[in-house]
Amino acid sequence: MKRGLPGWALRLRVTLWTLIVPPTTWAAHFLFAYLWAAINCAKVGQFATFPWLFVGGTVAALLVILASGWIAWHQSRVPGDAPPHEESTDVDRLRFLAKSTLLLSGLSFVAVIFTALPVVFIGDCR
Amino acid sequence: MRRIGASLAASALLSACNRHQSALATFGAEATNIRTITIALVVGAAVIAAIMIGVYWRAVRAPEGQLTHKQGMRLVLWLGGIGPAIVLTVILIFALPAMRPRVTGAGDLTIHVEGEQFWWRVGYERPGGGVLVSANEVRVPVGRTVAFELTGRDVIHSFWIPGLAGKMDMIPGRTNSLVVRADKAGRYRGVCTEFCGLSHALMAFDVVAMEPAAFDAWLAGQARPAAGAGQGEGERLFAANGCGGCHAIRGTEHNSRIGPDLSRYGERLTLGAGILPPTVERTAQFIRAPQEAKPGVRMPAYPQLSNQEARAIAVYLKGLK
Repeated sequence: MKRGLPGWALRLRVTLWTLIVPPTTWAAHFLFAYLWAAINCAKVGQFATFPWLFVGGTVAALLVILASGWIAWHQSRVPGDAPPHEESTDVDRLRFLAKSTLLLSGLSFVAVIFTALPVVFIGDCR
Repeated sequence: MRRIGASLAASALLSACNRHQSALATFGAEATNIRTITIALVVGAAVIAAIMIGVYWRAVRAPEGQLTHKQGMRLVLWLGGIGPAIVLTVILIFALPAMRPRVTGAGDLTIHVEGEQFWWRVGYERPGGGVLVSANEVRVPVGRTVAFELTGRDVIHSFWIPGLAGKMDMIPGRTNSLVVRADKAGRYRGVCTEFCGLSHALMAFDVVAMEPAAFDAWLAGQARPAAGAGQGEGERLFAANGCGGCHAIRGTEHNSRIGPDLSRYGERLTLGAGILPPTVERTAQFIRAPQEAKPGVRMPAYPQLSNQEARAIAVYLKGLK
């Protein structure tokens, strides 16, 4: 393992459950964006002023995805068998899951930004 | 010879070019935004395609082993992942402000338009209150914000003035808002862009962008009945044949709202919702057999009218101005 990773992150092993953290965060943020816009439109009629709560929620979602990608990146570099990493050994399984989580983190990161930008830019309820 | 053939083939592509119904010949701020984005996307796509062709060209000709595995993976990461994500984000940020609807104020003109098989019911909210009803022609003042309130009466239609703004659906039971600003006076054309029945392709309308002062004078003048309204042989035939059961003419007893309002038919630029020149001859033909010009039209045919009678009604309608 690389240095710089805190103890809890070292103990956290990438599994199928941690694999779904980035896309689940993306889905939760998607729902959050719709709910936030709907509530603002119903109560205020617009959301043209700078939306602090929404930006905060988006930054939180991005941080969760970044953290999950960071841990996955470290674990995808666990030293072990020679490539290709496709045997049913513990190390290969870990590396495969970690690489998949890393790629999903990248996708989810971009997706959250693409969901957030229209909310920030359009600001109109019509 | 081959060059002549290619030129002829290319000129066929230009046959659709015009100034009155084109998303490229714009006269409104919204359509200009759309055109700018379109041009940026087409040019950008061409540049990216050229870059990729260059990369492939080099890749095919480079001797084997010029890139290490690591360098190759990095190329895939940047050209296949990070690069496209950045390009798409920039395009999104570039395009999003154009999607923000124009802000409307209390004094802005509101025009209600309802799509019906196969014509347009148009209502201008007048400054003093009340709605001025017209049909198959939309007039807008240049330089002012105009809010279109759009709905459908029977099936889903779609309202599109290519030179002015993007499309907006007209859905029965729902009102959609389209806010625009015309920048250049002139005569233009709009169309229905949601298949709505047999004569969908024959459902169009004239658009006239006018200088603000001229528009105000026009709107004020429209409320008065036309000079010839309610007089003459044409009016007698119009009433006797039940035309007033569907059509209204201000200043007469005819005030039905089923079909297009004919109060100022003499000023209309076209007949049959943007499809025919509004001559006396064509109007008389349309009265006797509307389905010949417009298949599936709701207006019944009047074959029992003689040519002279149909012409008399047409002359009467042409005089309404």
